Amino acid sequence: MTNLLEIHDLHARIVGGRDILKGINLTIKAGEVHAIMGPNGAGKSTLSSVLAGKPGYEVTLGHVLYQGHELASLGPDERARQGIFLAFQYPVEISGVNNMYFLRAALNAVRKQRGEAELDAAQFLKAVKAKLSLLDISEDLLKRAVNVGFSGGEKKRNEIFQMAMLEPALAILDETDSGLDIDALRAVANGVNRLRDPGRAIVMITHYQRLLDYIEPDFVHVLSDGKIVASGDKTLAMDLEERGYAHLASAA
Amino acid sequence: MSATLDTVETILAAGEDNYKYGFVTDIDVDELPPGLNEDTVRFISATKAEPAWLLEWRLKAFRRWQGMTAPDWAKLKIAPIDYQASTYYSAPKAASGPKSLDEIDPELLKTYEKLGIPLGERAALAGIAVDAVFDSVSVATTFKDTLAAQGIIFCSFGDAVREHPELVQKYLGSVVPPGDNFFSALNSAVFSDGSFAYIPPGIRCPMELSTYFRINAAKSGQFERTLLIADKGAYVSYLEGCTAPQRDENQLHAAVVELVAQEDAEIKYSTVQNWYPGDAEGKGGIYNFVTKRGACRGANAKIAWTQVETGSAITWKYPSCILEGENSVGEFYSVAITNHMQQADTGTKMIHIGRNTRSTIISKGISAGRGQNTYRGAVKILPGAENARNYTQCDSLLIGKTCGAHAIPYIDSRNPSARVEHEATASKVSDEQMFYCQQRGLTQEDALSLIVNGFCKEVLKELPMEFAVEAQKLLAVSLEGSVG
Ligand SMILES: Nc1ncnc2c1ncn2[C@@H]1O[C@H](COP(=O)(O)OP(=O)(O)O)[C@@H](O)[C@H]1O
Ligand SMILES: [Mg+2]
Repeated sequence: MTNLLEIHDLHARIVGGRDILKGINLTIKAGEVHAIMGPNGAGKSTLSSVLAGKPGYEVTLGHVLYQGHELASLGPDERARQGIFLAFQYPVEISGVNNMYFLRAALNAVRKQRGEAELDAAQFLKAVKAKLSLLDISEDLLKRAVNVGFSGGEKKRNEIFQMAMLEPALAILDETDSGLDIDALRAVANGVNRLRDPGRAIVMITHYQRLLDYIEPDFVHVLSDGKIVASGDKTLAMDLEERGYAHLASAA
Repeated sequence: MSATLDTVETILAAGEDNYKYGFVTDIDVDELPPGLNEDTVRFISATKAEPAWLLEWRLKAFRRWQGMTAPDWAKLKIAPIDYQASTYYSAPKAASGPKSLDEIDPELLKTYEKLGIPLGERAALAGIAVDAVFDSVSVATTFKDTLAAQGIIFCSFGDAVREHPELVQKYLGSVVPPGDNFFSALNSAVFSDGSFAYIPPGIRCPMELSTYFRINAAKSGQFERTLLIADKGAYVSYLEGCTAPQRDENQLHAAVVELVAQEDAEIKYSTVQNWYPGDAEGKGGIYNFVTKRGACRGANAKIAWTQVETGSAITWKYPSCILEGENSVGEFYSVAITNHMQQADTGTKMIHIGRNTRSTIISKGISAGRGQNTYRGAVKILPGAENARNYTQCDSLLIGKTCGAHAIPYIDSRNPSARVEHEATASKVSDEQMFYCQQRGLTQEDALSLIVNGFCKEVLKELPMEFAVEAQKLLAVSLEGSVG
């Protein structure tokens, strides 16, 4: 199978700052679930921002191939339309914009890119209903403004719901588990598990092992000080749970 | 709008090609040379075969105006205006005399079609009665007969003077006296046409009434007058739209709108103002100096102003309500956008006179480019306004770092039982919001438009459906070039 994402010796920083990512190498194939773990400040969110093309970041060395093409040449919205989805660590509020309306605009942008017909309100509603039953999400969330007044758990569920609707090829979940109580965590994890698909790769960023109890990754990587210092299968995560990150960081 | 229209209009490439209404109609006109004196006033009045009382009224206003100076309290930078350089009367030749749709110059019909304003059969489809004002005169009023069957009068101001002089004489200047301010005095002297509507007692106007203002001639000012009366228990929703060609010189627009709502009557007045804003460097554009005021004369009367101000180089406009009748209600919902070099100083005045009067003010100011946007509002509670209530919410949104937003609320309460609440916020379109939208697949332009429309939602939802859609598109167009 061809590689969906190839990260080669990636160095990146916030424009004008010091390198935060200091040589990342990672290859991801469709159908795989990768967990990226690491202490606070390791560069996990920076990696997801760089992959999603967030303005304000610059790649200083190395490069990334997505579906065989140079990612650097694509703007953030183009990356999104081509199937890269980022579930935000801190989902953003947009007041006055209905959540459904937002999602339909997003879905139609993505569908257009795929050469599919845009959905009208009725067709969209039907698609929403189908996905709602997949995830444990209250319809009420959809009627409110995007993320406005949502609890932490609601925001994270909403991110996963968007992912379900947009059906990305590559989903990056940045600390989707943080700030969730056990029930919310279970609901979010169930949602993600249902979205596992041979055509889709999922990258889960977390610094707790507990998410991996619910979503079993194929690969686990440890990110420390801007580098991947260890890679393995899920036993690596269990190992980390017992011994912490420190010995890995010093080994790097 | 049909792209297959065979038009003779020239699209002026004045640097700003996103103002799609910037074309000029090539048509024969009767026009006064530039300049303003008593003879100008007499000429206008004579051309319209006005009664003596109206000429006197105009002359009085003119003399009053001569002794006045332009207001300078607004937060606007305006180059001195030479009032002698403007043309005070310009009318399409065919428009004189009685007219039906069939007699209208086809060029004019094409112009309105191009603007998306239904005057012919399309009006019937759209179900909106339209009075179209082209430069100085009204060129068509649709649905007149349908409305007349219910006793509703909807016609050009000129027709109203001829056919319903008693109504005009009774109400003209009763809400905005000619001497109210510099621009209302000027308008009272030289107004050329406009719209008139009267809704008889107990009648709910069965369709939206609409006036469409179009400035076409070069160097011409437009001074129209709208007078709208909802008699006891009547209801009317009124829409007003405006566009002008792109021209390099500034053009003057000084309108007066007067609304009268009697007991239990309700008037909803909605405006989408899209006069040519000038180019990105601030060259050209309409100077929009407008006096709009409504009086709730009877108990339980209600007047609601909704405005979406996207156009004009300068906007000076304060649609206001005089709440005389007890339990009467005044509302003001406003979106004002300033991009590039545009300046807006706009807001409202709510004057509470009667007991239990209530007013609501929702103002959304959006600044981009080097635009300057000022909300100026006054809430006045007179001693007799027992239990008066006002709620004001005034929000500004900034796009970029070179624009400005200002809020100047005045509150003057002379009755201790009154309650006045004021909330104000200022925010920026954040990079995080833009990135979030883009990460979901929206282009930068769509992302900004979505965020801005969300910001304006409370106002946009007050607009009639067709207007709201148009307004949303306009907001997006107005902000083109403000990010990236
Ligand atoms: N906006 C910012 N400005 C400056 N430094 C930042 C910013 N965001 C993150 N950093 C720094 O970059 C490093 C990596 O941060 P981040 O990618 O958020 O780590 P993680 O997600 O692994 O906790 C940290 O040292 C952090 O302080
Ligand atoms: Mg992080």
